[in-house]
Amino acid sequence: MNNIFIWLDKLVELFVVNVLGISMLTRFGSSVHFFFYDTIKIIILLGIMIFAISYIRSYFPPERTKKILERFSGITGNIMASLLGIVTPFCSCSSVPIFIGFIEAGIPLGVTFSFLITSPIVNEAAFAVLLAAFGWKIAVLYVLTGVVIGIIGGIMIDLFHLEDQVEEYVYQINMDEKEVEVLSREERVSFAWENVKEIVGRVWIYLIIGIGIGAVIHGWAPAPVLAKYAGPDNPFAVLVGVLIGIPLYSNAIGTIPIAEALISKGVGIGTALSFMMATTALSLPAMVLLRKVIKPKLIAIFVTITGVSIVFVGYLFNMIANYLV
Amino acid sequence: MMKIEVLGSGCAKCKKTTELIKKEIENAGIDAEVIKVEKMEDIVSRGVMMTPAVIVDGETKSAGKVPSAKEIKTWFE
Repeated sequence: MNNIFIWLDKLVELFVVNVLGISMLTRFGSSVHFFFYDTIKIIILLGIMIFAISYIRSYFPPERTKKILERFSGITGNIMASLLGIVTPFCSCSSVPIFIGFIEAGIPLGVTFSFLITSPIVNEAAFAVLLAAFGWKIAVLYVLTGVVIGIIGGIMIDLFHLEDQVEEYVYQINMDEKEVEVLSREERVSFAWENVKEIVGRVWIYLIIGIGIGAVIHGWAPAPVLAKYAGPDNPFAVLVGVLIGIPLYSNAIGTIPIAEALISKGVGIGTALSFMMATTALSLPAMVLLRKVIKPKLIAIFVTITGVSIVFVGYLFNMIANYLV
Repeated sequence: MMKIEVLGSGCAKCKKTTELIKKEIENAGIDAEVIKVEKMEDIVSRGVMMTPAVIVDGETKSAGKVPSAKEIKTWFE
């Protein structure tokens, strides 16, 4: 991925050396270069990725996803739900109506959870930033593991038969059938473009803060110390990363440039990735919303299954990291 | 009188949608009533899966996003 951006690397170097007059050999120069290079690169990738995924997404509003999932049962249902979680629009504001809609349509609880787990983990913004920071192998693996976690989580919830852990009123709701409107190509393009503006408008500040912190780490953080305490050989680093990640919801995008800088200083890739997954999949605000439709026991099971899977992914990535970069 | 329902359980985007619509009603000087639908049962029973959503006189005009001022104006015509 970085090969494609060599032009940008050189351009920013010219800017730092000739316009700002800072030597690239100083720590300050290297930090300033990292900051401008990363910001521009990530914004370009973010824009392209959000546009592409949003365009595909315009074919899969939750109403249609629901109709598709009604046709599948068993593990196929979990797999389909998790895959659809990649492209379906998702914001924590919508998790509750989507949950009710699925359950009301008779979609099994476990299949619904496969969707609810994958949907926030795998999103185009995280994918774009991962692509920018670590290259396509890691980005694709992140998507795959997100899908697998959704499938396994959903299957386990199916196995436990937790239907009684859904608030009773959910089963009594009668949902109005809505026709899914067919969009023209112009409408899809406009939908995709609106999404780019909306998401970039929402995350840029966190991104810049994240890149800023990353730039400082890049220039100053003592690599041997970080590698010792948060390197791939420390078994507790992944656990701590996940625990720190849970309350950090809205800063998920901003954490990636920080993770990139930390990794370049010796922190394990798995540690950084599981930290990121925890920020999106196990967010406190989403839990509070889900409490409206499911009882605490099921929330606890959901958090445990997802949390354990994420920790597992962290160890896996730390183990295979050498083959990835 | 036009009946505009804003569906959403009180998230930031839902509040913004309500504000925008009220502002546009004032600008257009039309007679319309804005009703906030916040109970989850009421939202989903209207067939809406993405909030904030806007229903004008029984017809869903927008779902899952904050509508633009331009879009809101077209509902008044």
